[in-house]
Amino acid sequence: MEELLFDLGFVLTHYNYWMFVVLMMTGLYITVSYGNLVKKIVGLNIFQTAVFLFYVSTGKIVGGTAPILTDDPAAVYSNPLPHVLILTAIVVGIATTALALALVVRIRETYGTVEEDEIIALEHEMDAAIGVER
Amino acid sequence: MSAGLVGIAVIDILLFLFLVLIAIAIARLRNLFAIAMLAGVFSLLSAGLFVTLDAMDVAFTEAAVGAGISTVLMLGTLALTVREEKPVTHSPFLPLLVCAITGAALIYGTLDMPPFGAADNPVQTHVAPYYLEQTPVEIGIPNAVAAVLASYRGFDTLGEVVVVFTAAIAVLLLLGGGGRSGRHGKVAGERKKD
Repeated sequence: MEELLFDLGFVLTHYNYWMFVVLMMTGLYITVSYGNLVKKIVGLNIFQTAVFLFYVSTGKIVGGTAPILTDDPAAVYSNPLPHVLILTAIVVGIATTALALALVVRIRETYGTVEEDEIIALEHEMDAAIGVER
Repeated sequence: MSAGLVGIAVIDILLFLFLVLIAIAIARLRNLFAIAMLAGVFSLLSAGLFVTLDAMDVAFTEAAVGAGISTVLMLGTLALTVREEKPVTHSPFLPLLVCAITGAALIYGTLDMPPFGAADNPVQTHVAPYYLEQTPVEIGIPNAVAAVLASYRGFDTLGEVVVVFTAAIAVLLLLGGGGRSGRHGKVAGERKKD
């Protein structure tokens, strides 16, 4: 194992952080690269889920079990605190997603589109119209 | 220890590959209905990943909220707006560059992280042992997550309820209370389009 180009033990204990970074960046890419507002929200949700996975993975103990206490005195439990914080974050996340989707519905009612570049073009038109009136 | 790590790694990497494939499919698809469905699948698979990380309660919540409620909200939005995304006109290189640099910085940051799954990580040595030891004594239920959620950190949960309440009020104001001005705005928007 020592002759390998990389330290396998190091990779095995860090690869999961890298997985979540890759997922997070996929979500970020979807959010910044596409103009459709609904798709942006899906991208944000992917980003958010990657953060949750990263956070929960810090509390994991290899060989441990879920923190539901048993009578076995030798049992090792994973850390319950990250789980609690992420439970709260998931519920807050769905609340903000609902708010964002409601905003998308209102934007569609006002501008007739949910594409970012079309909304910006309409905004410029409206600004120009107001400027002419003044 | 190492055998346990390899076992976890196989399942983890398999689930992760599925998640990345779904995320890429979401990026490439233009049909928003398919995107909403894939987002639900993504949540369900991430719930599987939570199970491998010993977070049963989080997995339940993610499956119910992420795959259930979130998909319903998304479909409701699609019914009120559009079904199809318009093609992207600008080049994807700048966003790709930004994501690559951010990702590289984050991975550089993880090199200093404590090893995954070790029992003596800093995160395991502060309040967690107290919660695990005192939950049967002080709270009297076997589920340590529920004990921390509802009792030890009950104020967090109160704050969460306040956030959900605020979001619910805001959604009602946006969709219900603003109905008249919304229709007025829509007329203005349509006129602008013509």
